[in-house]
Amino acid sequence: MNNKLSAAARREQNWGYLMVAPTIIGLVVLNIWPFIQTIYTSFCEHLGFGHYKFNGIQNYLDVFSRPEFWRSTWNTIYFCILTVPVGLFLSLMVAMLLNAKIKGKGFFRTVFFLPMVCAPAAVAMVWKWIFNGEYGILNQLLGVHVNWVTDSKVVMIACAVVAIWSNIGYDAVLLLAGLQNIGKSYYEAADIDGASKVTQFFNITLPMVSPTLFVVMIMRLMSSVKVYDLLFMMVEETNPAVTSVQSLMYLFYRESFTAGSRGTGSAIVIWTVLLIGLITVVQFVGQKKWVNYDV
Amino acid sequence: MKSSASLERSRKITTFLTYAVLVIGAIIMLFPFAWMILTSSKTVAESTQIPPTIFPAQFITSNFHDVLTNLPFMNLYINTGLTILFRVICAVVFSSMAGYAFAKLQFKGKGLLFGIVLVQMSLPSQIFIIPQYQMVAHMHLANTIFALVFPGLVSAFGVFFLRQTYMGIPTEIGEAAYLDGCNQWQTFTKVMFPLTGTSVAALTIFTAVFAYGDLMWPQVVNSDVKMMTLSAGLATLQGQFQSNFPVMMAGALLAMLPMVILYLIFQRQFIEGIATTGGK
Repeated sequence: MNNKLSAAARREQNWGYLMVAPTIIGLVVLNIWPFIQTIYTSFCEHLGFGHYKFNGIQNYLDVFSRPEFWRSTWNTIYFCILTVPVGLFLSLMVAMLLNAKIKGKGFFRTVFFLPMVCAPAAVAMVWKWIFNGEYGILNQLLGVHVNWVTDSKVVMIACAVVAIWSNIGYDAVLLLAGLQNIGKSYYEAADIDGASKVTQFFNITLPMVSPTLFVVMIMRLMSSVKVYDLLFMMVEETNPAVTSVQSLMYLFYRESFTAGSRGTGSAIVIWTVLLIGLITVVQFVGQKKWVNYDV
Repeated sequence: MKSSASLERSRKITTFLTYAVLVIGAIIMLFPFAWMILTSSKTVAESTQIPPTIFPAQFITSNFHDVLTNLPFMNLYINTGLTILFRVICAVVFSSMAGYAFAKLQFKGKGLLFGIVLVQMSLPSQIFIIPQYQMVAHMHLANTIFALVFPGLVSAFGVFFLRQTYMGIPTEIGEAAYLDGCNQWQTFTKVMFPLTGTSVAALTIFTAVFAYGDLMWPQVVNSDVKMMTLSAGLATLQGQFQSNFPVMMAGALLAMLPMVILYLIFQRQFIEGIATTGGK
């Protein structure tokens, strides 16, 4: 049936191929082929100058036997634990405040969103100065002497603060869109029934905004697992605290490009992809318990 | 029932608290920027003084002079600008074409080809970096603008996003143009593409902000500081000026300035653009 296409349908088909061609060729060359190569490279030893020798699962055995690798895996998860729940909570709070009947909404939205358009490298530099142990303004204000950026016990907390500060406005704008979709009539009915604001939050706002919250959470988790630039800028490779913040992508960068060991580097990135896949599956299974789609 | 007076009072308290929290939040958001600007005008001695001064005893400009002589900022601006320009052009042109075709045209293998788009979107960009770097090195194109643009030549996300937009445009509009004698290409360029202005603006902003902030790829592919983007160039500053924070703040300020100015001019487009591209 399909091979007897009319002339018009055949022309349409040709236009279709022509118009997707640049994208598809580009994706195959720039992404699909590199993806296959990275998988292959993860089973190879890098002999230098782009030459490889197949060595089975040796790279994986190598990285799995290194404490540094497991530390990076934990650091990545720890970073997510520190940033995602607190970040979402604060973003939802900001979104709800911006959803109230107030003046200057546009101003506040612009201010909270500002870090989004600043390069993470520049943002990290500024925060590093604020967090500086000897002269930083934070210690001066709090009257304490904490080496935020060099003490391995607190350095991740400092990085988490910067991450939350950077993303709060963006997440709030997305959540605000979700909040604005909730009909006013629900709240009016609840007011008539005498429900308190807290009851209204848990019984109306939270269930109604939960689909948006879920999308924002997934997005935030994905980008947190891949965190690199912020950590690299806050804690450079020569900082002794680097092992305490080194995420998987940071380790990948050092392994592949500082040490030039692309085989193990590829193994690390494949591991990260598997981790992302696992987190996604867990989230999509877990959402059934709390995300409400019956509106 | 509460009395209307007490209801009125509690509403006033709520409004007051809302403003209070928002103002405190805004101060926390703006403080780092203010501190950066203030520090960039202080001498090193003043910046490390205890107790610290808030306003510089004297606004000095030598930190800007220092950072401009130690980092080729003109090159960084030009490189970043050109990278953004080429990436935006590629993303808009190729993604519009493909997005339109995937949304409105019938052709065999469409599902499979769109699957390639989805695969790319679901993988983190770092998984492509080593082979992409090897391709650039193989072509002897490291340390060029082309190298900076390279991974952004096509945008799977752009295709996905614009496909959604084209799907939202009624097919009848295209059919009417077709009956008026337009061929598929003319229908696309003359009728459909002009209807996607908002989405194209959103994709432009998203692509620009991403290219501007990206750190790993420029670091990997361009080792010559003259060929770096603002982000990567800024990263080299840390090694040079270990404890000279006023100079580093001057550098950070210069790196932020162009995008922040654009943001302040096009606030609405930026916020809505980034929100629509990220949220859906």
